[in-house]
Amino acid sequence: MVESKHQWKAWLYLAPAIVLLLVFTVWPIINTVRLAFLDGYNSLANVGGQTFTFGVKNFLDVVNSTDFFKCLKNTMLLCVLTVPISTLLALLIAVALNSIKPLQKVLQTIFFLPYVTNSIAIGMVFAAMFNIIGTPHIERLIQSKGIVNNIIEAFGGTHINWINQGSEYWANIVVMVFYIVWNALPFKILVLLGGLQSINKQYYDAAKVDSTPRWRVFSKITVPLLSPMIAYVVITGFIGGFKEYTSIVGVFGAKMGPAHDPGRLNTIVGMIYDALPQSNYGYASAAALILFGIIFVVTMINMQVSKKRVHY
Amino acid sequence: MKVVLKNLTKIFPSRSKKAGEEVVAVNNFNFEIPDGKLIGLLGPSGCGKSTTLYMISGLQKPSSGQIFFGEEDVTELSTENRGIGLVFQNYALYPHMTVKQNILFPLQNLRGKDKMSKEAMLERAYEAARLVQIEELMERKPSELSGGQQQRVAIARALVKMPQVLLLDEPLSNLDARLRLQTREEIRRIQKETKITTIFVTHDQEEAMSISDMIVVMKLGVVQQIGAPQDVYDNPANLFVAKFLGTPPINVFEGCVKEGKLYIGDDCVMDVAGAEDQEVYVGVRPEGFVVDENGPMHCVPTNLEVMGRDVSVVATHAASVNPQVRSIINSDINVRSCMESGEIRYTLKSHKTFVFNKETEERVYFEVK
Repeated sequence: MVESKHQWKAWLYLAPAIVLLLVFTVWPIINTVRLAFLDGYNSLANVGGQTFTFGVKNFLDVVNSTDFFKCLKNTMLLCVLTVPISTLLALLIAVALNSIKPLQKVLQTIFFLPYVTNSIAIGMVFAAMFNIIGTPHIERLIQSKGIVNNIIEAFGGTHINWINQGSEYWANIVVMVFYIVWNALPFKILVLLGGLQSINKQYYDAAKVDSTPRWRVFSKITVPLLSPMIAYVVITGFIGGFKEYTSIVGVFGAKMGPAHDPGRLNTIVGMIYDALPQSNYGYASAAALILFGIIFVVTMINMQVSKKRVHY
Repeated sequence: MKVVLKNLTKIFPSRSKKAGEEVVAVNNFNFEIPDGKLIGLLGPSGCGKSTTLYMISGLQKPSSGQIFFGEEDVTELSTENRGIGLVFQNYALYPHMTVKQNILFPLQNLRGKDKMSKEAMLERAYEAARLVQIEELMERKPSELSGGQQQRVAIARALVKMPQVLLLDEPLSNLDARLRLQTREEIRRIQKETKITTIFVTHDQEEAMSISDMIVVMKLGVVQQIGAPQDVYDNPANLFVAKFLGTPPINVFEGCVKEGKLYIGDDCVMDVAGAEDQEVYVGVRPEGFVVDENGPMHCVPTNLEVMGRDVSVVATHAASVNPQVRSIINSDINVRSCMESGEIRYTLKSHKTFVFNKETEERVYFEVK
C-alpha cells in the first residue's frame, strides 16, 4: 500500500486524466440523462430563454416515430447477420493460419491490413465494386457494372442492382453484410489467433495419442479452450454492431440509402446524429439512452449464455 | 507386447547454419523391451530419455533406426495408429472436461469396428477409474483435483483404451515427496495388474530403482548400461553409472593399480589380481566401509550423523575427488573414540569397491581373493 503522506502525489499524477474524463465523459453522460428527461429540450430554444419541465416525452417521441423502428430493424438485422458470420469466418481463418508454418507472419499482416485502413475509404472501394455507372435498368445506358457484377456475369448470371437507384432492400443488406464482415474480420482473427497460440500444445499431442479425428479435435478441444476468446469477440461484436453507422455512410453516403429511398438503411446512431443539426438534443439523448439500454440487455444475455458455454 | 528399438537415433539440426552443430539426442539405441515388464529410462536432463520415449510414442520421428511393436515395424506409423497410452509430465488433462469426460474421450474416438456403445464405454471408464481409485472424483474438473489425483486420472485416460504399450514421461516429478512414494507404488501395482509393457522416464535414480524390472541408464544420448536395478547398482559398467546410482552417492578416490595392489593415495587397500598397472578412479559405496583399528585406509573424521539404525561418518581423505568421504556403518559400532582421536581406519568390502580406468572411466575388473 502507498503510505498516506504520498497519496497527494498519486492524485497529482492522476489529475490530468481525471479532469479530462470528468469534463468530456462523465459530465456528458450525466447531461445526456438530464436532457433526455427534459420534455422537448431544444438547445436553440434553451438559449432563447425557454425552460423545460421534467418528463418522458422525448422517449415517447422516439418510440412513436416511424424512423425509430426502421432504424432498429436495420441495426438488429445487420447485427444478427454479421456477428455470427464474421466470428465463424474469423475462427476458420485463425485456425488455418495457426496450422501453417511458412508465410504465417506475412499472411497475418495481410489479414490485419483492413484494421489499419479508414472505414470510409474501405466503404468507397466497396461502393465502387458494387456501383453501376449509367442507368441501371436500361442495359444500353450502362457504362460500367462494377467488379462484382462482372464476376457474376462471367459465371453466366445476370447483373444485380446492388446499391443504385431502384435497388432492392435485400441487395443493399447483402452489400452491407459483405462490407461489415470484411471490416470486422481482422480484429477477430487477431484475438482468436492470439488465443489459439496460447493453447498448450500438449493437449494436441494428447489428442493425437488418443487417435482423435480432426473435426473432433476442433470441436471438442480447440473451440472449448478458445471459448473465452470467442465470447469476447461475440460480445464486442454485438456492441460494435449496435453502433453501426460509418460503414453505411462509407457505402451509401450521408443519405444512408439508395438514391430513390434516402434513409432506408439508417441505424440508431444515424438517427441520433440526424437529430443534432435540428438542435433536438432531448430527442437525441433519449434515443442514445434507449440504444444504451438495448446494448446493455443484449450484453447481459450474451454474458448469461457464455457463462454456460465458456469453460474455466 | 515386446518393444524392440533397433539402432534408434535422433539428431536435432542446429538452429542456425553458422553457429553450433547438430545435437545428437539419442545415439544408436538398441534394446529389446520384454513383454509385460516395467522399464525405467534413467539419466540426467539432456540425456535423451524423453526423446526416446517420444520416438516410441510416434510424436517424434527418429532420424534413423527402427521401432518394432512385437513383430510389426511401427517406425513409419503415426501416433494415432500405434495404440499406445501416454501420460504426459504435466498430465495434459483437458481442463474443460470432467474426469469422466476425460477418461471417456479416447473411447469416443474409436471408429469403425472398434466403435463402442455408450454403456460399454461407461463401463470401461469406470473400470479404469476403479483401477486407479478415483471413482468418487468422476464429476470433478481437473482444476479441482490435487496433483496426485490428476496424475491418476491421466493414467486412467491412458489405460482406458487398453494400450499395448504404456509410456510415462516423468510421471512423479510434479508430486511432493510423500505422494511420490505412494504413487510410485501405485504405478507398480497397476502395471502388475494390467501386465501392460510400461516404459517410464525419470531423472530420479531412487524412483527408477524402486519400481522397475529393468533400468536403462543414459548419458548424452548414449546408453550406458541396461539391467535389473540391483545388478546395475552392484555392477556398474563405468564411473558415470556408479556415480549416478545410489543415495548417498558413491565415494570416488584417485588411485592406481601397481603390481597387483590397489592404492588409494598412499594407502594400499586391496589385492587386485588380474588388473594391469594403471592410473584409476576407485569408487566405494558408503556401505562398503568397515571400521577396523588395523584397516589399511586412513581417514580424518569431521562429522557424525546419526540416523537411528545407521550412523553416517563424514570424513576427509587426501585422495578423495569429492571434499567429503561418507560412510554408512551400523550404529552398534562405537566410533566416538575415533572421532576424538582424529583418525578412523577402514577396510573396504571388495564387492562394494569398483575400479575404473582414469582415462576411459570404464570399469577395470579384478579377481577377489
